[in-house]
Amino acid sequence: MIAACTWLLMFQLAGEIIVRGLTLPAPGPAVGMILLVAACTWRPSLAQDLRVAAGALTRHLMLLVLPATTGLITQLDRLTAEWLPILVAVITGSALTMTVTALTLRQSLANCRKR
Amino acid sequence: MWARLSGVPLLWLIVTLLAYQAARAVYRRSNLNPCANPVLLCVTFVGGLLLLTGTSHETYFDNVRLLHVLLGPATVALAIPLHDQLGRLKTMLFPLLLAVLCGSITAIASAVSIGWALGASPEVLLALAPKSATMAIAIGIADTTGAPVALFALTVTMTGISGAVMARGLLGLLRIDDPAVRGVAIGTTAHAIGTAQAFQENDTAGAFAALAMGLTGILTALLVPTLAAAVGRT
Repeated sequence: MIAACTWLLMFQLAGEIIVRGLTLPAPGPAVGMILLVAACTWRPSLAQDLRVAAGALTRHLMLLVLPATTGLITQLDRLTAEWLPILVAVITGSALTMTVTALTLRQSLANCRKR
Repeated sequence: MWARLSGVPLLWLIVTLLAYQAARAVYRRSNLNPCANPVLLCVTFVGGLLLLTGTSHETYFDNVRLLHVLLGPATVALAIPLHDQLGRLKTMLFPLLLAVLCGSITAIASAVSIGWALGASPEVLLALAPKSATMAIAIGIADTTGAPVALFALTVTMTGISGAVMARGLLGLLRIDDPAVRGVAIGTTAHAIGTAQAFQENDTAGAFAALAMGLTGILTALLVPTLAAAVGRT
């Protein structure tokens, strides 16, 4: 467990260093994730070693997004002032985005299979 | 009394952990009813408690920083399910990129046009544009377009919650059964909160949601400042 967590933190650190060094507009952990995928491809035993710890963390992602998500309460003034456009744009926009993404992917996957 | 209590380290961390476990129990007992989404329940409960006790989000955030810090390694850990799906991923790279591109454009265009039609202020419109990107990327976009950062928290968080809540019903209605397609649709729409929701379905959906979230973030970061500059010129 400790070894696995150390590996994860080292890949995050590598991501942060790359992001800062190249001033990329991406979060460091996301770059660390890409590096770890590459490392696991090169050495599949690494994926096995990290599996238990990674599973524990990803299963509880919902808990880990709570500190940032509760920041919602700092914006209640704006929400009460412009609640209609915000609410309709967010909900309708999300429904449209999800529909377009799902249907595009299903259709283009079906087209690929036919060929 | 609350002013003194709310400064005690661990208090809000324990409240958050208890609220999360209770929310998960409610979510399971409700047969995964989307209205009982754990993030929605916890934000309502903990947010309400913060307002009731007059605790600032800053104080709260300091108290639960441990959870926020773990989000870093948890993001890196997404590499493992992603690595498991690499074989499938290689066979569908082009359809996946196409779907995420169409989805990202739809997210920006629909939110901004609906907001504009309903009379949203220019600041809110700027904050609506990157609503499907993850928080970290949305903040980067805020810096380049000059919109207030705190406003992004509102639109991004609300998008994540609404996407996670509607996912099961909407994708069921569209008869999408393939976990990979479900994951990509949820991740493109609802970033990290959606990815957390997709992991509740299964690891395949979660892995593809994480990948789609990353791609959407990159595309949104490229598209929004370009569009904002184009609109600003006219």
